[in-house]
Amino acid sequence: MTAAPDHRPNFASVSLAERLDGALPVLLVPVLVVFGFFAIGVPSSWLTLTVSGLAMGMMIFIMASGLTLVFGLMDVINFGHGAFISVGAFVGVSVLIALGEWTGAASLLLNMSAVFLAVVAAMTVTGALGWGFERIIVKPVYGAHLKQILVTVGGLIVIEQLIHVIWGPDEIFFNRPETLKGAVTFAGAAMEKYRLLAVAVGLALFIAMRMVLRRTKIGLIVRAGVENGPMVEALGYRLRLVFVGVFIAGSALAGLGGVMWGLYQEVITAGMGEKMMVLVFIVAIIGGLGSVEGAFIGALLVGLMQNYVAFLEPKLALVSNIALMTAILMWRPQGMLPVVKAK
Amino acid sequence: MSDPILSLQAVHTDIAQYHILQGVDLEVPRGQVTMLLGRNGVGKTTTLKTIMGQWTAKSGKILYDGQDITRLPVSARARGGIGFVPEDMGIFSDLTVEENMLLGCTSGPLDSARKEWLLGAFPALGTFWNSEAGNLSGGQKQMLSIARAMAEDRQLYLIDEPTKGLAPAIVSTMAQALRELKGQGASILLVEQNFSVARALGDSAAVMDDGRVIWTGPMAELAENKDLQERLMGLSMEAH
Repeated sequence: MTAAPDHRPNFASVSLAERLDGALPVLLVPVLVVFGFFAIGVPSSWLTLTVSGLAMGMMIFIMASGLTLVFGLMDVINFGHGAFISVGAFVGVSVLIALGEWTGAASLLLNMSAVFLAVVAAMTVTGALGWGFERIIVKPVYGAHLKQILVTVGGLIVIEQLIHVIWGPDEIFFNRPETLKGAVTFAGAAMEKYRLLAVAVGLALFIAMRMVLRRTKIGLIVRAGVENGPMVEALGYRLRLVFVGVFIAGSALAGLGGVMWGLYQEVITAGMGEKMMVLVFIVAIIGGLGSVEGAFIGALLVGLMQNYVAFLEPKLALVSNIALMTAILMWRPQGMLPVVKAK
Repeated sequence: MSDPILSLQAVHTDIAQYHILQGVDLEVPRGQVTMLLGRNGVGKTTTLKTIMGQWTAKSGKILYDGQDITRLPVSARARGGIGFVPEDMGIFSDLTVEENMLLGCTSGPLDSARKEWLLGAFPALGTFWNSEAGNLSGGQKQMLSIARAMAEDRQLYLIDEPTKGLAPAIVSTMAQALRELKGQGASILLVEQNFSVARALGDSAAVMDDGRVIWTGPMAELAENKDLQERLMGLSMEAH
């Protein structure tokens, strides 16, 4: 047999600068945290704001992760994603209100059981809704971005109106479960219990998504499909089924994000998802469309930036994330961790 | 002669407004290497993609192992035992060599004996097993593309210009691997511009021109007849 020639691989020519370049986006989060420390000056305030920023970032990541996967794998721009956030919040909060005795009891077990059931209900309903949305609204417009924007915005409006029909036009105020109220104090800094929970949930979800994407065959197919769908099919995989599965999962994650955000704000409205979509899109774009890791880093940057700037210069808070997106896109027009698109 | 593994009957394929395949008739015998030859732009790649289902045949019939697969989706054709190595190799750059290979196995993990054989045929893949495929050289990517198609036992392989732009030493590695594959009884439809490879591997040949197959016969007959080569392809293959 003829042995393969001993020619030099490309690895040898990858310079240290090129290798570091890949890690730079990951370093942005600690850099921003350190910058925040010096800009704020008071350690306890900085710690409170950092935890708050991380919590906000995690919740935005939960909402954005599904959107970025759907775009990366299916090339679908889904503005209807915001509707799943709202529906998730309404379903979840309805369950919490129905389980008022559990949420009102000073029992961590009962409180967390209520939250768990609310999350399961929200994810089930939004997953099913996502399945119907994909079949009826998205499927006919695969490959046509302009039509996707028009029909998914239409779908968003219809679902928002349906929320008004089912739950009424008014915003719904509610209280968090008893044991999630209040704050813990650490090193002189007050940190809301719920925000710590949000950080834990977001981190657990990120790790779980990474495990699924990196360690399982279905994750392998999804990652390959993001890069080159036709080749995945040519290898024998029914990508269409994977598409639907990812859409359902993305919608369910939006529902989870809706519950988390609703609990964070303690008020829900039919338009809450639509309002969140600005931040969700910023995160998906700066992360690199299709990249879960990019969305995670982007969400943390957005959450931290929003909290630091709101403390330092409140008037600039609204534009800070747009400025962040502009700066990142000027640096990396494809986002921080772009997914290679061979198609 | 036994039933062919693949048979195309009057297949027409359009790409946008262009009528590329204009009635392709082709048979690929079992256990043989059939060379699909012709000048650039005559429809060889479109023929492979139509067989694979990446382009839909507008009319005509594609029979694989006696079954009409003309309207089957791409994935069903692949699961039915057709392996495809596209001209652009279709490597997943962000995945490792190992992950690329795992994707070639639809029915389970990579068989250890199969892996051993493939890494024997393409030792470079073993060296870079855990490295991102995007960092491989062109030749290594081509090896990976072919090895991935071979990761599972398939009845028919559609391979599009596997030696294009490769150094002679790698071409020889590639040819040896295809010879071994043929030795295992696989049927191969191979688009190839490298004449020495075509002559060494091919049992039969089909020459295309203008979206049709204009000649079929034994590869040896075509290889020995320069007049025939010039008449069919407008040049002598010895020049390549």
